[in-house]
Amino acid sequence: MLFFIEVLIGGLLAGVMYSLVALGFVLIYKASGVLNFAQGSMVLFAALSFVSILAMGVPFWLALLLTLAIMVLLGVVIEKVVLRPLVNQPQITLFMATIGLSILIEALGQMIWGSQVHGLDLGINDIPFNFYGVFISQFDLFAAGCAAVLVAGLSLFFHKTKIGRALRAVADDHQAAMSVGIPLKHVWTVVWAAAGFVALVAGLLWGSRLGVQFALTLVVLKALPVLILGGFTSIPGAIIGGLIIGATEKLAEVFIGPYFGGGIENWFPYALALVFLLIRPDGLFGEKHIERV
Amino acid sequence: MIYRETGQYKSNYGTDEQIFPIRQDRIGVMIILAVAYLAVPFIGNDYWFSAILIPFLVLSLAAIGLNLLTGYAGQLSLGSAGFMAVGAFAAYNSMLRIEGMPFLLGFILAGLSAAAVGIVFGLPSLRVKGFYLAAATLASQFFIEWVLTKFPWFTNYSASGVITAQKMVLFGYAFDTPVSRYVLTLVIVTLLALVAKNLVRTRTGRDWMAIRDMDVAAEVIGIPMLKTKLLAFAISSFYLGVAGALWAYCYLGTVEPQAFELARSFQLLFIIIIGGMGTIVGAFFGAAFIVFFPIFLNLFTSTVFAGQLDPGMLSHLEQFVFGSLIIFFLIVEPLGLARLWQLGKQKLRLWPFPH
Amino acid sequence: MAESRHLGDIILKIDHISLSFGGIKALIDISFQVRRGEFLAIIGPNGAGKSSLLNVINGVYHPQTGTVTYKGETRHHMPPHRAAELGIGRTFQNIALFKGMTVLDNIKTGRSLKIKSNFLMNALWFGPARREELEHRRKVEEIIDFLRVEDIRRTPVGMLPYGLQKRVELGRALAAEPDLLLLDEPMAGMNIEEKQAMCRFALDVNDEFGTTVVLIEHDMGVVMDISDRVVVLDYGKKIADGTPDEVRQNPEVINAYLGVGH
Repeated sequence: MLFFIEVLIGGLLAGVMYSLVALGFVLIYKASGVLNFAQGSMVLFAALSFVSILAMGVPFWLALLLTLAIMVLLGVVIEKVVLRPLVNQPQITLFMATIGLSILIEALGQMIWGSQVHGLDLGINDIPFNFYGVFISQFDLFAAGCAAVLVAGLSLFFHKTKIGRALRAVADDHQAAMSVGIPLKHVWTVVWAAAGFVALVAGLLWGSRLGVQFALTLVVLKALPVLILGGFTSIPGAIIGGLIIGATEKLAEVFIGPYFGGGIENWFPYALALVFLLIRPDGLFGEKHIERV
Repeated sequence: MIYRETGQYKSNYGTDEQIFPIRQDRIGVMIILAVAYLAVPFIGNDYWFSAILIPFLVLSLAAIGLNLLTGYAGQLSLGSAGFMAVGAFAAYNSMLRIEGMPFLLGFILAGLSAAAVGIVFGLPSLRVKGFYLAAATLASQFFIEWVLTKFPWFTNYSASGVITAQKMVLFGYAFDTPVSRYVLTLVIVTLLALVAKNLVRTRTGRDWMAIRDMDVAAEVIGIPMLKTKLLAFAISSFYLGVAGALWAYCYLGTVEPQAFELARSFQLLFIIIIGGMGTIVGAFFGAAFIVFFPIFLNLFTSTVFAGQLDPGMLSHLEQFVFGSLIIFFLIVEPLGLARLWQLGKQKLRLWPFPH
Repeated sequence: MAESRHLGDIILKIDHISLSFGGIKALIDISFQVRRGEFLAIIGPNGAGKSSLLNVINGVYHPQTGTVTYKGETRHHMPPHRAAELGIGRTFQNIALFKGMTVLDNIKTGRSLKIKSNFLMNALWFGPARREELEHRRKVEEIIDFLRVEDIRRTPVGMLPYGLQKRVELGRALAAEPDLLLLDEPMAGMNIEEKQAMCRFALDVNDEFGTTVVLIEHDMGVVMDISDRVVVLDYGKKIADGTPDEVRQNPEVINAYLGVGH
């Protein structure tokens, strides 16, 4: 029983990490209707940049700031060069453009910073601490804490600030937003910068876990089931979706996996998401899609 | 001036409905086919057959398969390589376990097995659309990968996981030279391409395109959603299955799951985007691009950078340019090379006059 | 015009149809009937529920209560493709053409129900598939002639001006040789000449082919001129049902349009 709880908590905390990546997706989708497949490479790029800047001897906080600046710059460039020209194209075209973007960013990162695996040490002790007989990783808790702060901050941002409201307007209808005077360009720059920031946080956390290497881009593939469950436009949905995916994935792997020789976690989240889709085609928290004829 | 239709009158619908109604197009296609069938086998060398022409043909076939589903029927699929894998393994296992199985029949079984799996994974498309469907197709990709690697029955309990493809023998003739494999692939691909073109210009294709463009209206006209979507999945997967078998038998010589991973699915998607979604000829354009692009880039960088780049850097650069090209294409001509080709032909109608 | 026409039995009967979306009541207890060969106009202010009514008739919306009786069979609702099979054709207010296809192909899709070849025969082309394609092409060309769109048959519909798109959509609906044709504001946004052409087409379809036409329209002149009967909707309710003259003089109808006292 204790073992079950341990696995469950481990899964939930892993799920938090997925949520972080999914958050970046939700941000961009909410504000521009684009499903940004490049989020994964942005996570990698952020982590790589940070680690390499650190390795050059730059102090921790300065390195963080510099990386953030780089991510913001990246976002601005992406918005200007890729998204602006594609502004009226169907969603699928934009999605494919982001796939191209993900290849590009990944290659760019490795061209600039080299392709060796880097270790990343955030200075957090990973000695698990004992909570009534259940072992919980300190690192995972820290990650959960970061995620909580991030989510709270983002929710505040979207619902309480003027820019946040503008973002929601833009996500709903670009043309209508423009016609009430919302400057699209600025809005999207802010959004991509925010997504870049989220990517940075995710990159740092994942990087310390897995080491900074190209496998980070594959994390995006785990984010998709999260988005399906949680809906593409909901911040709380991304969190809850992430928790569910993380938990069920771990539980399935540990308890069902041995019957099949393991490896279930690759497709289980997708199968779960699929079953879910059949029952609720718009996700847990997603907006109901009504077609008018 | 060369490309004028002047003087080409159609006196019945039959001639108007043919695949190449313009005489110049017919002549052009005849020439290409003649060169491909009659000249290339004699003037080509082994490297060209094995490393360029065969992969080009097989990728074109796979791209046609994906295009039928995504370009014509509008169902986005990110799991196409999974169906290729089903085909390759189905061919292998049928030839292994059934005594005297002719390899061509094995290929047909490859297509049919892939079609069956395709129908199963196509069922969600009845409830789910767009990105959600794409995510569902990823489920098929990962699941198929997992099944084929986890259950040793498929690889005949091979210790290394890599299996050699059996020999292809027809009436005593063995297709084991690059030339013979090239001709075999060429025949299969041209036949299936013709079939695809037929499907697409009849009611089958129109029903698919109707669903793609506006499915509610399609339903109102009387087009059955269920049958039409599942048919798209089935036929598309059939093509992908045969392509997978060809890839294993005529190109690689081995049957391995690694050849059919997610990267391959994305590669096929790029082929149809760059080549032109919703066209048959676009599959060939896109596949040619994918096959020749690394070669050209290699030539370019080795002449310009003359050995200053290490292979790792070169492959990153290749990826960088590739990613940029995809974005470039999507911005400049979302309808792909096929559209550029069409526009070129339009210009040719007027040449040498400007307008 | 209505007096000398030979109208048949009742082809469509709407019985106490009510439709709501969440809290919004789109249709409230609507009942009326249409005879074979009739030309019926549905009018009313914007938002009165006219399009929703058409959507109920051909199965796109499911009413909460009430039935639709078509060709003698009474149903609570039926799937849209079944409606098509039974001979109900439809055009839409916001054009529902297949933007990726040419005019010719769009109209051909209207024949889809009637083409019997399966995919295997289509794959072969030569033989039954080819024969059917050419036979149906002939029929489609008749419609193209009728609607006078010969010179644009190979143009992708997305590139056509609005008026021509509406005409092509009519062609697609006609291709199925419907018994009942539902037209949702087919003349919206057109100039005088285009309107006259559309009127002519609608009337010819009704006169020559005997197709029953149910038409939603805003232009009063058109409605009074060409319809046999008029049904007036306002805020989801039916407020009048009769000949154009009767309806024109109905005080409730006048109030609805002039917005007096709601």
